[in-house]
Amino acid sequence: MPTTHDIDTGGRAPALEAHGVSVFYGDKQAVKEIDLVVPANKVVALIGPSGCGKSTLLRCFNRMNDLVPAARVEGRVDFHGKNLYDDDVDPVEVRRRIGMVFQKPNPFPKSIFDNTAFGARINGFKGDMDELVERSLRQAALWDEVHDRLGESAYDLSGGQQQRLCIARTLAVKPEVVLMDEPASALDPIATQRIEELIYELKKDYTIVIVTHNMQQAARISDYTAFLYMGELVEYGPTDRLFTNPAEERTEAYVTGRFG
Amino acid sequence: MQERRLEGAAAGKAAGLSFDRTRNVKERIIGNLLFACAAISTLVTVGIVVVLLTESLKFFGQVSVVEFLTDTRWEPLFRDQHFGILPLATGSFLVAAGAALIALPLGLLTAVFLSEYASLRLRGVLKPLLEILAGIPTVVYGYFALTFVTPLIRVVLPGTDVFNAASAAIVVGVMIIPTVASLSEDALRAVPTALREGAYGLGATKLEVSTRVVVPAALSGVIASFILAVSRAIGETMAVTIAAGNLANLTLNPLESIQTMTAYIVSVSKGDTPQGTVEYQTLFAVGLTLFLITLAMNILSQWILARFREEYQ
Amino acid sequence: MSEGARDSMAQSSADRRRHRRSRLFAVVCGAATAVGVVALVVLLADVLVDGTGALNWSFLTSFASRFAERAGIKAALAGSVWILVLTALISFPISVAAAIYLEEYAPRNWITRLIQLNIANLAGVPSIVYGILGLTVFVRTFGLERSVISGALTLSILILPVIVMASQEAIRAVPSSIREAAYGLGATRWQVVRHQVLPMAMPGIMTGTILALSRAVGETAPLIMVGAVGFIAFTPTGVLDEFTVLPLQIYNWISRPQEEFHALAAAGILVLLALLLTMNAAAILLRNRYRTRR
Repeated sequence: MPTTHDIDTGGRAPALEAHGVSVFYGDKQAVKEIDLVVPANKVVALIGPSGCGKSTLLRCFNRMNDLVPAARVEGRVDFHGKNLYDDDVDPVEVRRRIGMVFQKPNPFPKSIFDNTAFGARINGFKGDMDELVERSLRQAALWDEVHDRLGESAYDLSGGQQQRLCIARTLAVKPEVVLMDEPASALDPIATQRIEELIYELKKDYTIVIVTHNMQQAARISDYTAFLYMGELVEYGPTDRLFTNPAEERTEAYVTGRFG
Repeated sequence: MQERRLEGAAAGKAAGLSFDRTRNVKERIIGNLLFACAAISTLVTVGIVVVLLTESLKFFGQVSVVEFLTDTRWEPLFRDQHFGILPLATGSFLVAAGAALIALPLGLLTAVFLSEYASLRLRGVLKPLLEILAGIPTVVYGYFALTFVTPLIRVVLPGTDVFNAASAAIVVGVMIIPTVASLSEDALRAVPTALREGAYGLGATKLEVSTRVVVPAALSGVIASFILAVSRAIGETMAVTIAAGNLANLTLNPLESIQTMTAYIVSVSKGDTPQGTVEYQTLFAVGLTLFLITLAMNILSQWILARFREEYQ
Repeated sequence: MSEGARDSMAQSSADRRRHRRSRLFAVVCGAATAVGVVALVVLLADVLVDGTGALNWSFLTSFASRFAERAGIKAALAGSVWILVLTALISFPISVAAAIYLEEYAPRNWITRLIQLNIANLAGVPSIVYGILGLTVFVRTFGLERSVISGALTLSILILPVIVMASQEAIRAVPSSIREAAYGLGATRWQVVRHQVLPMAMPGIMTGTILALSRAVGETAPLIMVGAVGFIAFTPTGVLDEFTVLPLQIYNWISRPQEEFHALAAAGILVLLALLLTMNAAAILLRNRYRTRR
């Protein structure tokens, strides 16, 4: 059984709690009854071979699977004690509180400023936009590189910069949790390193759940790691322990590279 | 100390995840408005069917369907009335057949040229030219038929009437060449290069590859384009009204004056035939016939296209 | 000569025939394509030759008349512009809204498929059938009589399927990653459409609309049925006024037996073609401008 017992939430309420979450695409079950607790202000990594369901599980946390007509989600995901899948919960609100950064950088065909401001604008932000944009870009470690060209198109930026811009625009709506779906897999090693440093800084203010196929990355930046295989949660625990002394055989086989 | 687990609505409020009522209403209204606009298209079809059917039924209350379909004279305005659709239908058919004779082979060959022979630059020049040809209004084609083509025909074949089917057929043919060419070309280009390369690898010439491999592989798409083009030729109005004449004449001789179904409808509405009379109602009966014929052809063409698309999935 | 050599020579003469035929085929295909181009050139030349003589300022500013020397297309030109503007105002919002619904809102069920199929079929209905519909519904039932608004409404439903289909294509071309990003930030469906999808699709939508409108400008038959008349001597001042349009005026002049009127028709055609050329040039400019913008 996946060991969620030794998840130390530090006496605080967890940011997210998944209970028996399953996802079906027609008859095929991509995610099989997963229980997972995400502690606040920590980085949780979801690892596993391709097709194991980690991205699908991640997208349950902000109801992005709603946008796929063929997908059916069962179980519950609690956020501040409220199940995100209740009928009276607005998915639009969910996504404002739980943000997402995607695998391939996808900035809008707008200026750097407008990209960062978009989320805040549509959510009715009435305050000082310049200040919000600057703060978000600083948090994403991008301000120094773009502060003098905020009006330029986002497409003029490099891949790594675009991804940091996507992080900035997600932070601009002030979410509590940031979900990241293989955020560095499309980037070169230097850009990847900057993203990893960024994640380490961000966890002071945000809770982060990151999907990655790169085990070393998970070992570097996460506090807790969950190993998924064929839709099941095989093992979940503190990163150090999972990598150096895994409880499950399958986990050991994966992290030592015997398959993947 | 852990936060207490709040239940139900209280939890919802605490989490701040509930629906924003005004925003929700606004979204719902917008969605309904958009749906209404999409539904207008259905209304249009219903409108066409209802109008044509109800008025035609009034017509067929006075003229039997059998007479309509079999009488060889169309003389609604003479004292001795005849209501046979055959002269009008053959008029339309004559023009469409003539147009097809021109447009189908030329269009297909043009498509082959564009797809198999022409360089990218040449295509870049030819395709816009074909689009221009397709975009010229039909009155212009009618003018061209009457003032240029007909005199030309009369030089070669002096017995030709001033208004004749051949002239109309020629310009309608030219008019629909782009339709055949562009749809066929799409079909030809959808054929995988691998098929061509296999044939070339066996030592086939370009003629052989084009005619024995590519066109047969794209056949359904080509046929669909043919049917669509002929349907357009049948529905064509102004060029035939100007060039082919207004004499409902059951003949297969393209050098004579004829009247197509479309030209007839125009002539009735231009005239002073009073509403509510059976003569006026001929408009709807002919319109219904025209609608059904073109609808059948369009559906057939779409069905063939749909099947064609499956073959390469 | 040895057997083998004689055989290989026989082989190559058959080959040569095949290759000759293939070259001939290439010429045939090129010639066929040339027919279309030549036809276009001849047509335009014919109209230019016939019409340039009659094309002058008084032609553009006079009304139609029984006397060829005094006749002009002022009424028809004004009518065409009125029709163009009204049709654009009516058809554009409805068509784009329908396209947005079909691409972004509609569930993938049989009702949606039916609507799509229906629109594709409507695109192939002869324009004169729309004329019959317009006559019965707008002129008679709605009581709008022979007016500019009847004509514009009729043409709007005629080009509706064309704009819808072009707009759908433009909307479909917007990458889904952009939509995902917007939804991920907590945007509602309409916000995603309004702020991301529509702006990106707009150039394609506008190009399709302009092309559809140029088709409407060239239409005659539906407007004849709806009551556009050939012999008015005034320009419309309101949507309920009677009117005429360029193609109709051209048709009227061609229908006269006298040669002088044929020259007028040709001049009218030149004006119509000029109008269409402007519209299409605008469409192409739009398409190119936004393609390089990115």
